[in-house]
Amino acid sequence: MKINILAFGQVAEVTGKNSWSISDIKTTGDFNRLLLEDFPELKSINFLIAVNKKIIREDVELHHEDTVALLPPFSGG
Amino acid sequence: MKPNQSYQRYERQLMLNDFGVTAQEKLNESRVLMIGAGGLGCPALQYLSAAGVGTIGILDFDLVELTNLQRQTLFNVDDIGKYKAQTAAEKLMKLNPDIEFIVHQTKIESANAIEIISEYDIVIDGTDNFATRYLVNDACVLLHKPLVYGSVLRYEGQAGVFNLRTSDENYSANYRDLFPEPPGPETVPSCNEAGVLGVLPGIIGTMQATEAIKIITGIGTPLSNKILSCNVLENLFYEFEITPSKQKNHFVPKTIEEFKQFNYEWFCGNTCQHLEISPTEFEILRKKNDITVIDVRECGELPLVNEFPYIQLPLSEFEDGITKLNLKERVVLFCKSGQRSLTALNLLLERYPHCKAYNLEGGIIAYKKSLLTFSVSSAKT
Repeated sequence: MKINILAFGQVAEVTGKNSWSISDIKTTGDFNRLLLEDFPELKSINFLIAVNKKIIREDVELHHEDTVALLPPFSGG
Repeated sequence: MKPNQSYQRYERQLMLNDFGVTAQEKLNESRVLMIGAGGLGCPALQYLSAAGVGTIGILDFDLVELTNLQRQTLFNVDDIGKYKAQTAAEKLMKLNPDIEFIVHQTKIESANAIEIISEYDIVIDGTDNFATRYLVNDACVLLHKPLVYGSVLRYEGQAGVFNLRTSDENYSANYRDLFPEPPGPETVPSCNEAGVLGVLPGIIGTMQATEAIKIITGIGTPLSNKILSCNVLENLFYEFEITPSKQKNHFVPKTIEEFKQFNYEWFCGNTCQHLEISPTEFEILRKKNDITVIDVRECGELPLVNEFPYIQLPLSEFEDGITKLNLKERVVLFCKSGQRSLTALNLLLERYPHCKAYNLEGGIIAYKKSLLTFSVSSAKT
């Protein structure tokens, strides 16, 4: 199983990459937990999680070739 | 359009399919407010003026600086030190003398936002901080005005259309459906701190102008219930779909009166000067972890408080007790009506001027009274 990850803004900066892929992750909750374990700095960033473009608020099951995108807020103008 | 002018200058868009004279007339009759004449505002204003939006409001309180010129394309070195809103209007009048410009040389605040925004059909957000973005969003929601959002940082940008009326008489998602509450003040850098590629607000600002023109004329599909995020380094353009949140945010002002009372600077954690907090603001603060609440009433006073955890440090013993407080946390002081806790707050700030301390305005009486209203009581659950 392959899940594609896209990161924007500070999430990309903290993780050091805009896109990568992962495997053997069943849900967005599991993904988020692992991400925060690897990058504790992300805990203070209030980023959104989207699965196949749809922003989700609850735990969602992930499937092969799903794309999970991570979007933090920013306010520059 | 002013009298005796022709549509000749609009020839290239009049010939477009789906555009024509009808769309041009809609533009001509429309009133658009650009909040912020900066990186996003300059390009958006140029294209809206050129396209023939009949009335354009330009709101900005700031002056042109040298560091603005890297991205704020309406200005040049001769404009340094001049007011942005007025200077922008003068330049745009030369671009299109057939349309009207209204200069709002002011900062948009809870006190003036309703009056200003009411005068327009569409608002474009070109501001540069979260406090103003939440303020403008909430005002547009209350006034049922569509808001064209745009934001930039470093090499990335976001754009979207909020609060657009839908065919089923509802409104599309707004910024609160995306980010219900602002991030902590230190967690997201601004362009001043983190920088921005000059062309990026150009891209996002022109997208905002495009969306405004689409909404006014009714052509195409607006970017509503979506947020477009782009990274220009990687040519990564990605649309996020937003579902309007069913769980309504409890800290959104629900009436114009509530809006005018709401302190957005405080809500976004920007100010240390705001020492009195309302019961609603206290509820917001309580949701965060690092807070110590102190009852400065003497022992045994009524009413009893069982709504939240607190410690007791009566005013008569306050000065001696201060040293034992954990001032790494935010401190909220309360008494019966807010008078004695204000005295205690002053004592605390005299000793520790940099601590983050607040007084619960109106005391526990006002707090208990506020629980009777729907917004705060439901926020407790």
